[in-house]
Amino acid sequence: MNALISTALSGVVLMFVGLFVRNKQHIKFYAIAAILIAFIANLAQYPAVEHGGYIMYGMIEVTKFGVLFNAVALGAALLYFLLSGSEFEKVGEHVADYFALVFFILSGIMLAASFSNLLMLFLAIEIMSIPQYILAGADKKSLKSNEASLKYFLMGSFSTGILLMGITLIYGAAGTFEISGLGLGAESVHPLALCGIILMVFALSFKVSAVPFHFWTPDVYDGSPTVFTSFMSTVVKAGGFIAFLRMFHTSFAGGNISEHWTLILSIITAVTLILGNFSAVFQQSVKRMLAYSSIAQAGFMLFAVVAMNNMGAQGIILYSAAYSIATIGVFAVLMKLKDYTFEGFNGLAKKEPLLAAAVAVFLFSLAGIPVTAGFFAKYFVLSAAIQHGHILWLVIIAVLCAAISVYYYFRVIIAMYFKQGEPEVEPVSGGFKAALILAVLLVLALGLFPNLLLCWM
Amino acid sequence: MLTVLLILIPFIAGLIAFGLKGSGPKVLGMISSLATVVIAIGTWCTFRTTPDSLNFVANWIPQLGSQFRVGLDGMGVMLCLLTAIASLLVFITIYNRNYEKANAFYGLMLLSQAGLTGVFTAFDALQFYIFWELALIPVYFLCSFWGGEKRIAVTFKFFVYTFLGSLLMLVGIIYIYFQTPDHSFSFASFTGANLNPEDQKWLFWLFFVAFAIKMPVFPFHTWQPDTYEQSPTPVTMILSGVMVKMGLFGVIRWLLPVIPQGAAMWSDVAIVLCIIGIVYASCIAMVQNDLKRLIAYSSIAHIGLMCAAIFANNEQSLQGVLVQMFNHGINIIGLWIIVEVIQNRLGVKNLDQMGGMAQKAPRMAIFLVIISLANIGLPLTNGFIGEFLMFSGLFQYNHWFMAFAGLGIILSAVYTLGMIQKVIFGQGNELTETTTDLQPGETLALSLVVIMVLVLGVYPKPMLDLVSGTSEVVSKLF
Repeated sequence: MNALISTALSGVVLMFVGLFVRNKQHIKFYAIAAILIAFIANLAQYPAVEHGGYIMYGMIEVTKFGVLFNAVALGAALLYFLLSGSEFEKVGEHVADYFALVFFILSGIMLAASFSNLLMLFLAIEIMSIPQYILAGADKKSLKSNEASLKYFLMGSFSTGILLMGITLIYGAAGTFEISGLGLGAESVHPLALCGIILMVFALSFKVSAVPFHFWTPDVYDGSPTVFTSFMSTVVKAGGFIAFLRMFHTSFAGGNISEHWTLILSIITAVTLILGNFSAVFQQSVKRMLAYSSIAQAGFMLFAVVAMNNMGAQGIILYSAAYSIATIGVFAVLMKLKDYTFEGFNGLAKKEPLLAAAVAVFLFSLAGIPVTAGFFAKYFVLSAAIQHGHILWLVIIAVLCAAISVYYYFRVIIAMYFKQGEPEVEPVSGGFKAALILAVLLVLALGLFPNLLLCWM
Repeated sequence: MLTVLLILIPFIAGLIAFGLKGSGPKVLGMISSLATVVIAIGTWCTFRTTPDSLNFVANWIPQLGSQFRVGLDGMGVMLCLLTAIASLLVFITIYNRNYEKANAFYGLMLLSQAGLTGVFTAFDALQFYIFWELALIPVYFLCSFWGGEKRIAVTFKFFVYTFLGSLLMLVGIIYIYFQTPDHSFSFASFTGANLNPEDQKWLFWLFFVAFAIKMPVFPFHTWQPDTYEQSPTPVTMILSGVMVKMGLFGVIRWLLPVIPQGAAMWSDVAIVLCIIGIVYASCIAMVQNDLKRLIAYSSIAHIGLMCAAIFANNEQSLQGVLVQMFNHGINIIGLWIIVEVIQNRLGVKNLDQMGGMAQKAPRMAIFLVIISLANIGLPLTNGFIGEFLMFSGLFQYNHWFMAFAGLGIILSAVYTLGMIQKVIFGQGNELTETTTDLQPGETLALSLVVIMVLVLGVYPKPMLDLVSGTSEVVSKLF
């Protein structure tokens, strides 16, 4: 709750800051300070919910899980500001507005982690989405950026419409918006509610770019200014997953709808994994490769939603952290390069050993190699699926896909370390390097001791 | 504590080596590997008196039921000793070479040693998996950076192959974890897991594929000749001398005790695969013109025999395998040292460009003959006792299997002797005219190998005693 209020307020304040503060560096510091405050305010709430959450007016439920997720999202956003905050000014004039929009997205995410009412879910999704449409088109002079924005807006509003339709149908069947009282877990579910569930699954799959609702992803991620792609494909995506998980984890409690549910979602997961990974293999641009890899990684996160157990919930937290840190890190380095193709990375290890080593660690993490956070993230979601018991075939597909993912992640490593070249790199500041080292240490720390994060569950 | 030191010393030395310059990494590598050899011998002595003191447990991830749990049994002591000796031999051999970016080269070599030791000492399944992967990463960088022309593609194939295998194993590990009574990854809980025969039937393959890729067993072997050929020879020594033993070790330590019924169900299939591999690899080795590939294929044949003998699963065959794991490691490293010398002098690895080297490099020729004969398994060399026990065990299991596997011995004599002939005898050419004999470092390394070949060939009892405990326990499983 604290986090929700502080991020929303920070957003408003930052918009006005833009009017009075002309120095862009200062704006960045205000934003970093604001997010630190939100982070601390969020943690301050932890003791109050440690032994059970509370519901506010039937709309918002503050839980330990939600607070923990908020901490991960805010932490990742902090890292994002530290690493890429100075890139904001390269996009356009209205730096303060961009920061404000990011804060609004964050408040949407905080809401997604704690809604207890379908209306709040709808609000959360909208608050998350609308600033993204603007950010995608922030580079007003670029045709690609405009295309991305328009595409995202059209597709996004369409899927929001579907979400709303789903909510209406469920309301028609259950007579309430409160997700704990929807009765979706009962022996037999009303046909209306079933339709509603399916529509909601489709709409949420769109938000997390699961196949076959992913068509917007590569174009939008590729067309948007890179600095915003980095945020949209990580923290925001994790927010989509938390909404997904919260919605169905709560409303299905104790029921046995599982069979149909498992089947539909398993199929979505399987095609997401296969398509995401295979498409990423054929990309020539690292930015586009990361877009497809984000689809592939979404496939892994979907495991948690399929399995619907405690292990899966832990997995989502860890996965969000691991995936966000690593992807934000790779993007941060990518933005320092002139050439976004794989060849652009040739010889980076010789020229900038620190950047190359950091990218290597991040890519190891994305590929799920032990002693990085990505390994335990994959470990938890796979465990969740194995514990579920009936989807071993999906697990096997997943590990085959994980082996494929090594191909495109390692292409970058091969380019950096084993190929000759003279990459054009912008000079990097000491602060950037320090933030990068911090991110690497985080990845390694979570890879060695995942309980640093999970002991709060 | 000794066990932890075995992992820690090369790990820390490896990290330090990255920061050193000049001949610093060389010296550090030598000191670290000497220290690990001494400690490994120390663990052997401790094992004979108070084996329990070799175990070490520390909390790691309590929520998951995973602990940092290392320990050593006879097999572990032997393999740690092999790992330490192997890296010492490698460092002695290459002491006079100058590698580009020597600090990274030595650092990665030491890290891979730490990873390998970790695999051989792990008594917690999750930790085993993590070390299993970690041993691979430094080797990947070593091969891709310092290897031959086609190194990048070849090493990549190797990496993806083994990574896929390990992921399958990870699925197996997680599945078994949920079946353990106390939800723990410890070795004891794993062996006590409630696995019904139906589960064991498919779980076997998840583990076996991972181990078979590493060994490698036919038809999972295709990465191996390419990788051995393209890797820098010091890395090939570690790969073929120690790393392939990870696969055999995995079967003996984890697969047989945890999934005994699965192993019993599929042992015939596994043995047939191994035997196909033996005959197939031997035939290819006979027609190889590339020295490195020839030894690579001979290694597939030898490993195939060891794997077959594991699945024959009687005490004799297992004891043979265990002893042979050590001896094969020593012999093949000896062979690679000679290959390294030849490549260093001639710059080529095709057999038809060699010949007549006995006149120019008599010491090398003598070493080559002795080590090759040991590799065939001639009596009074260290290769004999292991092969004898394995064949005898295989014979008790099934005559026909033994007969076909026996073909491997005959064929190995054919190609090994052919190789000796082409390399050191016959007419010399312009290239071999210029050869010089061994340098002191190389002589020292090869002498150490030959001493071990002869000592263990004449008096194998200490080694047999060391591993008898392991083979006795494992052979009673099914």
